[in-house]
Amino acid sequence: MLRRLLLLALLALPLPLAAQERSITVASTTSTEQSGLFGHILPIFTRETGIAVRVVALGTGQALDVGRRGDADVVFVHDRVAEQRFVAEGHGGPRQHVMLNDFVLVGPADDPAGIAGSRDTAAALQRIAAARAPFISRGDRSGTHAAELRLWQQAGVDPTAGRGAWYREIGQGMGPTLNTAAAQGAYAMTDRGTWLAFRNRQGLRVVVEGDARLFNQYGVMLVNPQRHSHVKQADGQRFIDWIVSPAGQAAIASYRINGEQLFFPNATQPEPVS
Amino acid sequence: MASLPGMNDLTSALGQALGLVAGGDAALGHIVLLSLRVSLTAVGLAALVGLPLGALLAVARFPGRGGVVVALNALMGLPPVVAGLLIYILLSRSGPLGSLGLLFTPTAMVIAQALLIAPILAALTRQVLEAMWEEYAEQLRSFGAGPWRAVPTLLWDGRFALLTVLLAGFGRASAEVGAVMIVGGNIEGFTRVMTTAIALETSKGDLPLALALGLVLMAIVLTVNALAQGLRDLAARQAG
Repeated sequence: MLRRLLLLALLALPLPLAAQERSITVASTTSTEQSGLFGHILPIFTRETGIAVRVVALGTGQALDVGRRGDADVVFVHDRVAEQRFVAEGHGGPRQHVMLNDFVLVGPADDPAGIAGSRDTAAALQRIAAARAPFISRGDRSGTHAAELRLWQQAGVDPTAGRGAWYREIGQGMGPTLNTAAAQGAYAMTDRGTWLAFRNRQGLRVVVEGDARLFNQYGVMLVNPQRHSHVKQADGQRFIDWIVSPAGQAAIASYRINGEQLFFPNATQPEPVS
Repeated sequence: MASLPGMNDLTSALGQALGLVAGGDAALGHIVLLSLRVSLTAVGLAALVGLPLGALLAVARFPGRGGVVVALNALMGLPPVVAGLLIYILLSRSGPLGSLGLLFTPTAMVIAQALLIAPILAALTRQVLEAMWEEYAEQLRSFGAGPWRAVPTLLWDGRFALLTVLLAGFGRASAEVGAVMIVGGNIEGFTRVMTTAIALETSKGDLPLALALGLVLMAIVLTVNALAQGLRDLAARQAG
């Protein structure tokens, strides 16, 4: 009896794994997934088209790598420089603008660098470095990490001089970075969506926001079907066409946390030639 | 101030865990079923390789056997992330098995977990059966059974002890997060299992929900172990 039961169990197990549906794989970022945006807009797309969207949420650098290897049909990320390189190298494209969100600097309530309420990111970063106040960096080649490094550069500060002391690169996603900053009473840069959805703030609060340099552009690209023949070209393109269409853009604009809009659609703005 | 919120998190986690189970949340149901399916299938696959291999190592004597045993014991400590990366590179569209299109599917997760636990099953099986073989060797040989013929006999006679070996493998598989995160991609409604859901909620800072999911996972593992124990007792009575 035991043997027959085990045999039955073994036979039954693999069956549900083989269930097939029409779907595409999108390599995207933790900010779009963890902020809840995809949970809001993807069901609308699937209802309209019957195409399920499987999202693999990684840092932008990793997401582009997944596209390079041909392991996704569409890449939807936020690091324009890296995306343009991706397109130029023939891995996919053309790249299209989708939406903007913004970054904020968060920090501990006692604000050792004295930057709370500032709108000048460069000055704030200089004061963090001068105070040698702990700062948690993603350190993971993500779009947010790249943006953070550009801001330090604009501030004329080399934070890696404080490596191992006040500048701490943890090589993890946005959530773990905020968890670490909360636990250590440190500053960090985060996208607003992840921040608003983040639950373990402890003493952490927004200290700098509203600087034009903190705006963050998202782009979408089809992985090159000439290079990877299995890429679901028609369905992937359908997703891209939808997300830049008025319907997709309206879905993005309608996503709110506590009444606050997180992502600002701007697909109608043409991609500047670089 | 610091200690009270922590306590609140714990009680809130317990409350949420009960709420999740009682509420019969559909998304959670899918995650639980997928976790069970992936890990049990992985144990089944790994057992097909691991048990005969372990039994063979218990009875056979050949040059280099010591090296194989040491290698198997060392592979018990294979880091899940490394197993995950290996399977990722093999299954990636740019990898040697890319044409199968298995990356970011539950099948990829089964393969990664099977790779992780096959050495555990083989090493533990060898140890269990080697002790039996020392007792039985004379007897089996007197029936004219060589090492090859002894393997099925040993496996069958050791079935109750081997159940514990299988449960150890299942425990390792269901508790594992690094490999399934890499090869499954933690895709909602498709490859999200208990451990990757826990990792996700932790990174979203929702520690009580993460802990609640952890409690649910522990309850599932406990249930599987209790069922296995029950079956074992039942079978032992029938056999006895």
